[in-house]
Amino acid sequence: MARAVTPQRKAINTTLAWAVGLLIFFPILWTILTSFKTEAQAINDPPLFLFFDWTLENYSVVQERSDYMRFLWNSVIIAVGSTILGVLIAVPAAWSMAFVPSRRTKDILLWMLSTKMLPAVGVLYPIYLLFIKLGLLDSRVGLVVVLMLINLPIIVWMLYTYFKEIPGEILEAARMDGAGLREEILYVLTPMAVPGIASTMLLNVILAWNEAFWTLNLTAAKAAPLTAFIASYSSPEGLFYAKLSAASTMAIAPILILGWFSQKQLVRGLTFGAVK
Amino acid sequence: MGRITLDKVSKSFGAVEVIPPLDLTIEDGEFVVFVGPSGCGKSTLLRLIAGLEDVSGGQIRVDGQDATTVPPAKRGLAMVFQSYALYPHMSVRKNIAFPLRMAGLDAAEQERRVTEAAKVLNLSDYLDRRPGQLSGGQRQRVAIGRAIVREPAAFLFDEPLSNLDAALRVGMRLEISELHERLKTTMIYVTHDQVEAMTMADKIVVLHAGRIEQVGSPLELYRTPKNLFVAGFIGSPKMNFLTGPEADRHGAHTIGIRPEHIKVSNDESCIWRGTVGVSEHLGSDTFFHIHMEGQDTPLTVRAGGDVELYHGDAICMTPDEAHIHRFDANGLRTD
Repeated sequence: MARAVTPQRKAINTTLAWAVGLLIFFPILWTILTSFKTEAQAINDPPLFLFFDWTLENYSVVQERSDYMRFLWNSVIIAVGSTILGVLIAVPAAWSMAFVPSRRTKDILLWMLSTKMLPAVGVLYPIYLLFIKLGLLDSRVGLVVVLMLINLPIIVWMLYTYFKEIPGEILEAARMDGAGLREEILYVLTPMAVPGIASTMLLNVILAWNEAFWTLNLTAAKAAPLTAFIASYSSPEGLFYAKLSAASTMAIAPILILGWFSQKQLVRGLTFGAVK
Repeated sequence: MGRITLDKVSKSFGAVEVIPPLDLTIEDGEFVVFVGPSGCGKSTLLRLIAGLEDVSGGQIRVDGQDATTVPPAKRGLAMVFQSYALYPHMSVRKNIAFPLRMAGLDAAEQERRVTEAAKVLNLSDYLDRRPGQLSGGQRQRVAIGRAIVREPAAFLFDEPLSNLDAALRVGMRLEISELHERLKTTMIYVTHDQVEAMTMADKIVVLHAGRIEQVGSPLELYRTPKNLFVAGFIGSPKMNFLTGPEADRHGAHTIGIRPEHIKVSNDESCIWRGTVGVSEHLGSDTFFHIHMEGQDTPLTVRAGGDVELYHGDAICMTPDEAHIHRFDANGLRTD
């Protein structure tokens, strides 16, 4: 049903949308601005918005003091690794749930989702102890596995929703046309599901990139990703807002850029199946 | 060649038996239509023949070879789906060529067959488009094209025209009939529309609750329906059924007479009397719904387009005795 949109209404809606958008973006903007201030300016009262002496000093100090590239590399490996591993496991799972469902499929899906409701700290000790036993503490392999497991329910759910949208008759047509299971998956299903798989992977990379609880608790130095890099600038050495901000900006920049360029894909992925 | 034999084929989903064991032979080159109300098992039967569902019992033979457990791709049958089921990410050309590619034909042969099929189906100008850019009728033709390039032993059509509008449906109906004339390949066609069945079929299989009610040519079914179900299902508008004294007079539990076998007049020398309820003037024909004393449902009568009678008019009807169908208490034809 179309509702008449008056120019006034449109203007109000636009203003509201911008206001909400800015409100959400403001902390990030403030962090970025602060990263270009000196430490004194950073804690100036009243706060300085745009008119201060812009400096890159914080960045060079941060880079000098800690090896940004090493953290970055760990983040990339952990985020991308856990995503690829997760998709490899989730595709066949979502596949069978969508196309050969059993009576229990719905229950299994709900049960999987319910694991997301458990507070992570509730299983910190068992997992920590397991990691010690298996020698996985402070290892990228360990983090890849843990983050994959954390996000697996979401990956399965998203892919399941995508696959559900693919009409079964098309797969049957492929079967009638002489395609075996391999050809059916390779030539018909995968190409049709590519947008879904892509946005699932994208979302999962972002989730894994931003994950802080497990990455902080299970790493020390070797496998520490960017979350640990930010944390290292937070407390014991006192108030270094500008440097903390510089570190934060460096940590979020890659994922922010990735998100910016793929927002269309992301929105499509998250709302897929919600509206017909 | 495409002779398909079903031997005591049955299908159950869990404890529910949707198709009790049935036997049926489809001769090579025949156009067979499975018709019945929705839920009668006609699509399931087609899917069993296609191999998309496994039979619960019995045997399916294609050209004498047991195909019961052969996967769909190896049965040599091609299917056209109600939703067209085209591959949305492929061009029309690639859609039509897909079965050939699966069969491992070389590119030149693929191209030759696709071009030929496109010519037959008037699709030559659309070969590089995606299915999403085509109209419903064109999509259906692509689906048919994908079926014919394989040169299958038989074509299976699952309500292929249901998604098209009325005018297009009549056009496609003719195209499919012409295609059958040209290819002379066995075709099995599922529909709930008895008009499609009557106009296209060499042989109609009327299904009801998974059972075959009658098999025969369209006119056989029309002229001598074996039971009340077939009598009521085949023919449009429906056959009229009368019980009570009128039926007794003909020595039957129920008698049936088609709308076109009742004459209407104003004179008094007639057997049945009634009053006109609704009259539908189509121009070429007029259908009267006539209320008759002692009958719960109004009688439908077909008259010429020039007969003008309106609501509330008293009317006189004379049934054509030669076309009265007699059924016993079990609904079976008695003569």
